[in-house]
Amino acid sequence: MSAPTPMAVVDMESQAPDAHPPPHPRALSKANLARTLAGGYVPLVLATLMVFLPLAWMVLSSLKTPSEIVTTELKILPEQFYADNYVQATTTVPFGQFFLNSAIVTFVGSGVKVLLAILTAYALVFVRFPFKKAIFVLVLVALMVPPQVSILPNFILVAGMGGKNTLWGIILPGLGTAFGTFLLRQHFLTLPGSLLEAAELDGAGHWRRLWQIVAPVSLPSIATVALVTIVNEWNDYIWPLIITDRPDTMTLPVGLTLLQNSEGNTGSGWGILMAGAVLVIIPVLVVFAMLQRYIVAGLTQGSVAN
Amino acid sequence: MALPNLMLIAVFTYRPLVANIQYSILDWTLGAETARVVGLANYIEFFTSDDASRVLGTTLAFTVFTVGLSMALGLLVALALNTKVRGTTFARSAVFAPFVLSGVGVGLVWMFIFDPGYGALAWILRAGGLASPQWFNDPQLALSMVVIVYVWKNLGYCAVVYLAGLQSLPGDVMEAAALDGAGGIRRFWSISLPLLSPTTFFLLITTILSSLQAFDLIRIMTPLGNGTSTLIYEAYLQAFGAYNRAGYSAAISVILFVILLVVTVVQIRFVEKKVHYS
Repeated sequence: MSAPTPMAVVDMESQAPDAHPPPHPRALSKANLARTLAGGYVPLVLATLMVFLPLAWMVLSSLKTPSEIVTTELKILPEQFYADNYVQATTTVPFGQFFLNSAIVTFVGSGVKVLLAILTAYALVFVRFPFKKAIFVLVLVALMVPPQVSILPNFILVAGMGGKNTLWGIILPGLGTAFGTFLLRQHFLTLPGSLLEAAELDGAGHWRRLWQIVAPVSLPSIATVALVTIVNEWNDYIWPLIITDRPDTMTLPVGLTLLQNSEGNTGSGWGILMAGAVLVIIPVLVVFAMLQRYIVAGLTQGSVAN
Repeated sequence: MALPNLMLIAVFTYRPLVANIQYSILDWTLGAETARVVGLANYIEFFTSDDASRVLGTTLAFTVFTVGLSMALGLLVALALNTKVRGTTFARSAVFAPFVLSGVGVGLVWMFIFDPGYGALAWILRAGGLASPQWFNDPQLALSMVVIVYVWKNLGYCAVVYLAGLQSLPGDVMEAAALDGAGGIRRFWSISLPLLSPTTFFLLITTILSSLQAFDLIRIMTPLGNGTSTLIYEAYLQAFGAYNRAGYSAAISVILFVILLVVTVVQIRFVEKKVHYS
C-alpha cells in the first residue's frame, strides 16, 4: 500500500452519492424489481462475497483440527471450535512479543510522524521563511520516491549506527513524512485567514496559534492522516524484515514469516498459519470497519479530478 | 519547525538515491570491509546476462497484468456500486478492505487456498474432475498466482476511485443521452468512459507505480522468486538473499528508480498539459 500521488485534493466524502438521481423514476413493478435485483443486488453481493469468502475461509480454517485440514474432502465448517491452532501459533514463536513490538512501533512511529506532519505543514502554510516553495517541492518529490529503493543504503546506515535488532532501528527511517505533510498542507490552505488574524492581534505566537486554533479545527484531517499512518506502520514489512533477524525485536508481519518457516511445509501447519493470519489481519479489519470513512478518504485523497 | 521532518526526509529518502548510485559502481559483498570500484560492470552484467530479460520480462508481465486487471475489474465493481440500492456504502467499504490488510497475512491466506494438496481451489477443481496445477513449482503459474492475489488486494482501490469519478459525471449529459435513446451500454462507451479519462489516467499511473513496488506478496508466496523476481524483488534477493551482492543490488535499484522517475515525469507532463484541475 503506497501513498497515492497528489494531483488535486478533493474530499471524497463531500461528494454526495445521491447527487445525480437516475434518469427514470422507478415504479414498483415486477419487471423493475427483477431489474433491480439483477442490475443492483447481484453484482453487489458478488463483489462483497469475493472479498469475504477468502477471509471467512481464513477464520474457519484457523478453528479446524489438523485432520480436518489434511483431507481431500472439503469440510466448510469446523466440527468444533478447535482453539489449539491459536495456542500453537502463539507459543511456537513469541507471538506476544511480536504483538508488543508491533504495537510500540506503530504507536511511537505514527505518533511522531503525525506530529512532524502537523509542524511541517503549519510552517509551510503560516510561517514566512526563505526557499519555502523549493522546500515544498522537495517534500512533494519525496512523496514519489518509494521506500523500497532506499532499503539497502538505509540498512547500511542504520545497521552502522547499531540499529539492527532494535525497535528504534525499525522506527527511525520511516519517521520523515511527505504524505502527511502534503495532506495537512492542503487542508491548512483552505482555512480562512480571518481565523488567525484575531490571534495574531492578541500577540499569540505560532506555537499557540497552531495548538489552540489550527490543530483543533483540523481534527478530521489529522485523524485521516493518523489512521492511514497507523495502518501503514502496522502492515509495514520490507524494512522490519531486513533490519531484524532476532525474534525479540520482530514485528508481527516478520514474526508471521518466522512462523511460516517453521509450519509452512506441513499440511497440518495451515491451521496454525491461519490462526497467525487472523491475529495480524483482524485488528486492522476492526479498525477499518469502525473508521472506514476516514481511511478510504485518506487513501484515495487526490484521486478525484474536478 | 519543519526542520526535523525535512532532515529525516533528506537522510532517509534523498540520501539513499545518491548512495545507490555510489554503491552501484562497486563490487561489494554486503558486510565486507572492503569493496572494489568496477565502474559500470554491474550494469553491464545486468544488461548482458539472462537477468535483464528474465527480471525485466517478469516486471513487465507483473505490471501489465496487475494494472490491467485491477483497473478493468475495479471499473466493473465501480459500475456495480454506482446504483441507488441499499447497501452500496457497505459494499464499497467491503471491496476496499483488502487494500488496507497486511500483505503478509493476505499472502498466507491465499497460499492455503492455492495449496495443490489441501487448498480450497484444489477441492473445487477436483469436484469438476480436474487436478490442481502446481502453482508453487511452475514459474509461470507462480507469477499468475501472485498476480491474482495482488489484483484481489488492490482492485478495491481502483473501484473506489472509479466510483468517485462516476459520481462526479455531469447528470444532465447522461440524462440527455438517455432521452435521445442511448442505451446503458452505449452511454457507458460513448459518454462515461471518455469523461472518466482523467480518472483512468490517474489510476494508470498510481497503479503502475505501486505494482513496480510490490514486495510483500511476492516475498511471502514465492520466497525464492521462482518466476516472480521483479526488479524490486531481484534487488532484495541480490543484497539480502543468498548472494549479499550489495553493488549489483544497488545497480538494480538505480534501474528501478529510473523507471519510476520516467513514469512520474510522464504523469507530471500530462497533468500540466491535458487534465484540468480546479
